[in-house]
Amino acid sequence: MFDVLGVPPQVLFGQLLLGLINGSFYALLSLGLAVIFGMLNVINFAHGALYMIGAFVAWLLLNKLGLGYWWALGLSPLVVAVVGVLLEKTMLSRLYKLDHLYGLLLTFGLALIFEGAFRHFYGVSGQPYPIPDLLKGGQNLGFMFLPNYRGWVVVASLIVCFGTWFAIERTRLGAYLRAATENPVLVQAFGINVPVMITATYGFGVALAGLAGVLAAPIYQVSPLMGTNLIIVVFAVVVIGGMGSILGAIVTGLGLGLLEGLTKVFYPEASNIVVFVVMAIVLLIKPAGLFGRER
Amino acid sequence: MPDAVMTKTNAAQGAGSAMLEVRDLHGFYGESHVLHGVSLDVRQGEVVTLLGRNGAGKTSTMRAIMGIMGKRTGSIRFQGQQLIGMAQHKIPRLGIGYVPEERGIFSSLSVDENLTLPPVVKPGGMTVPQIYELFPNLQGRGSTQGTRLSGGEQQMLAIGRILRTGANLILLDEPTEGLAPVIIEQIGVAVRALKARGFTIVLVEQNFRFAATIADRHYVMEEGHVVDMIPNDQLAQNMDKLHTYLGV
Repeated sequence: MFDVLGVPPQVLFGQLLLGLINGSFYALLSLGLAVIFGMLNVINFAHGALYMIGAFVAWLLLNKLGLGYWWALGLSPLVVAVVGVLLEKTMLSRLYKLDHLYGLLLTFGLALIFEGAFRHFYGVSGQPYPIPDLLKGGQNLGFMFLPNYRGWVVVASLIVCFGTWFAIERTRLGAYLRAATENPVLVQAFGINVPVMITATYGFGVALAGLAGVLAAPIYQVSPLMGTNLIIVVFAVVVIGGMGSILGAIVTGLGLGLLEGLTKVFYPEASNIVVFVVMAIVLLIKPAGLFGRER
Repeated sequence: MPDAVMTKTNAAQGAGSAMLEVRDLHGFYGESHVLHGVSLDVRQGEVVTLLGRNGAGKTSTMRAIMGIMGKRTGSIRFQGQQLIGMAQHKIPRLGIGYVPEERGIFSSLSVDENLTLPPVVKPGGMTVPQIYELFPNLQGRGSTQGTRLSGGEQQMLAIGRILRTGANLILLDEPTEGLAPVIIEQIGVAVRALKARGFTIVLVEQNFRFAATIADRHYVMEEGHVVDMIPNDQLAQNMDKLHTYLGV
């Protein structure tokens, strides 16, 4: 095998795969944030906590009810969506008339409460979650070894991301969503119940976070802090992609995951900050983000 | 079915056959009191204009009818149904179409998506080919981004998309604003065609000469209420008065 710039291909591709996995989670999470921001104008700081809850629901389903991974894949996002709908109905919806900062503060506070509560009951050490039997093992691709579960995570996340993109950009329901993002008052004046759409959008956005939580459970450990660790990078992804841009969130999420992987190979010391360096550069050159529209 | 409702309303009112009946309407944006007792009637099949200077309350009256206003008191009846207190998204579903002053074409939607966005609320709306017939400029532009159309075309799209819904009362807020005379002429032809089709139209207009070619009656507004009503056929006699009202 040839070395690439002095790096054995196994190492290079291994890190690229790791980057792609991280990128899949960035994409799923920033996609949800982008959908929510577009419609509600709220920066959902509780997103990481809801991702963590998604993973914990999967873990609880397995350990308390004996329901395995595939059940969790369906039920967990549903539970998180219900939590989201309740939050939106009882709290967030009261803040739309105030400055956006209030939504941010509320969701930040909620994140702290959720994380604190889970820490209280489960501690900070992670709980292991087994890989489902169907996805155990891996494939030898010649240039690298691909664990089946990791391949599944990348494929599942790509399908969900592009499915969401298609639903928003190419369907009638998506046209309502785009129109209501632009001018909710007028869409309401056409006879569409916009407050219900807003609630549903928030529910859907956080369900994506819940789904990401289930996908993450077998890879990272299920821990109350798993959201906090990830969410800061995800916010950087959203800023780089452009606030509210669907495609921007997906492409930037995957791209930055890969970039992080590459940095780990060639200059590991910078791998934790490379995303933020990119963010600073993008903000200097294009303040609305790579895919964002200037307002 | 709407006709049956009409008849009942007519019976209740005796001779007057108002499709839209506004009585002592007060409207507020937050703390600011913008409508001070507006009363007007619009009969089925009529074209009625609201005239008045800037800030007289013409657009606010339309927004109050659509429920786009913080607080409303008084009475707005459409085919006998009280609109004050009704959920905002239910008002258009009774058959009221709104074409806002700023046209409200969505930039993230194509022309086709803009055209088919408002849900059909009643049977009997125009079909898309009929709308293209009325506004030939829109034909073949389906995949264009909505806001890439010219101002006149955007106005046509804003009117066209309401015609699909089956709404029989149309609130048109300044359709000629900022348009070239030749486009205004086209809009005028279209509005007359709509009147011939039996649509009832309330028109806010600054362009008084345009209004005179279309309307049956003119309501004059000042400081948040109606100060006069002039039938179009008595316009000539009332020109001096009207000039004073409008300050032209």
